[in-house]
Amino acid sequence: MILSVTIKHALLALLSDQPKYGLQLRQEFEEKTGEIWPLNVGQVYTTLQRLERDGLVASDGADRDGRENVFRLTDAGRTELLEWLSTPDPSSAPPRDELTIKVLIALSVPGVDVRDIVQRHRRHLVEAMQQFTRLKEDASDDDVALSLVVDAELFRLEAKVRWLDAAETRILRSGPPHNRAAVAGRTSSEEKEQEEVVR
Amino acid sequence: MTAALELKGVGKVYGEGATQVDALVDVDLTVSAGELVAIMGPSGSGKSTLLTVAGTLEEPTSGEVFIGGTPVASMSRNERARLRRHSVGYVFQDFNLLAGLTAVENVALPLELDGMKAKRAQAIALDALAQFDMDERAQRFPDELSGGERQRVAIARAVVGDRGLLLADEPTGALDSVNGEAVMRLVRQACSNKNVAGVVVTHDSQLASWADRIVFIRDGRVVDQTAPRPDPDALLASGRKS
Repeated sequence: MILSVTIKHALLALLSDQPKYGLQLRQEFEEKTGEIWPLNVGQVYTTLQRLERDGLVASDGADRDGRENVFRLTDAGRTELLEWLSTPDPSSAPPRDELTIKVLIALSVPGVDVRDIVQRHRRHLVEAMQQFTRLKEDASDDDVALSLVVDAELFRLEAKVRWLDAAETRILRSGPPHNRAAVAGRTSSEEKEQEEVVR
Repeated sequence: MTAALELKGVGKVYGEGATQVDALVDVDLTVSAGELVAIMGPSGSGKSTLLTVAGTLEEPTSGEVFIGGTPVASMSRNERARLRRHSVGYVFQDFNLLAGLTAVENVALPLELDGMKAKRAQAIALDALAQFDMDERAQRFPDELSGGERQRVAIARAVVGDRGLLLADEPTGALDSVNGEAVMRLVRQACSNKNVAGVVVTHDSQLASWADRIVFIRDGRVVDQTAPRPDPDALLASGRKS
């Protein structure tokens, strides 16, 4: 699910060349993000109402006549958009990543083979990467938007795989084997947890 | 259907006594024609050894290797050498092109070594280069080509003629990510268009993700593999239009 703060600025960006209808904004948003991120009409209109309330967009009020509203970017909206584009991501506090926490906890649980846990997560992540790579493979050469979105997902997943690789090496080098006892066969609840990590 | 490559219980031991290293332990692997398999594992896990044994460059200490259904162990030294020239193509990280030969001469070389007349071999080599958009650079020497172009020539050489097995060891290691992706795209195309079985060894998960199947190796053993290649429509369907 895409964050509402990103939808707000994406809509401001889409209005930066010319005024548009709500449905038109939804269609352009999906085209420009390679149709990876879903966006329903309700999200578009709710966000546009908030933007209008805050003075960042203005509408022609046509819906009072039964026609669809046309929205345009205000000067305040353009200033907000330019400020947002140039503001770095907040990165002072590390996110509480579920995968990191699971591996850390696995180290302290008796009878759990940490390398097996690491491998299960690695496999699941790589399978997700295969899906994204196939999307890119099937895309036409000029579909830059799709390739950019897929690349972003691939680099995000790759970072997790590389962290697992480093974690496994670090755990092996840290001394006696950590809880190497064999893990019983995987359960459906374990599989479900792994799926949630990738989402 | 006969597998293009099959390893049954393959083991490979180097040294003996206190210095003995079990590089491969009881490895089973089957690769079908047209299928691309990636072998992933950390440094020293045995993945490159697996490739050299699969390509008959080294003999296994135990177990059997079959190429196109034929047991390699039953072949004489000359028959194995002919098998390597005729049926197996190799792609290495550092390209391994001969500096004194042009691109087309490099690609034609394995055909000529297999007894084909030079003129015919070069015609076939030119066709192979054209499949990788390299026919216009056919008369260039390796040092006149970019890294990505050299690797295209190396892939063309690996699949020229009737080769049914492509073995690649970190084929994109010397390239940046975009050129690396282009090479993997070509390897994929070579497998599916020419019905070649491909085995790529890599530690790079992005490049491995081009494969139909990814096999994980650790301490010389196959420990895991991915499920068969999923349908991308399932991914779009789950993300689109609520």
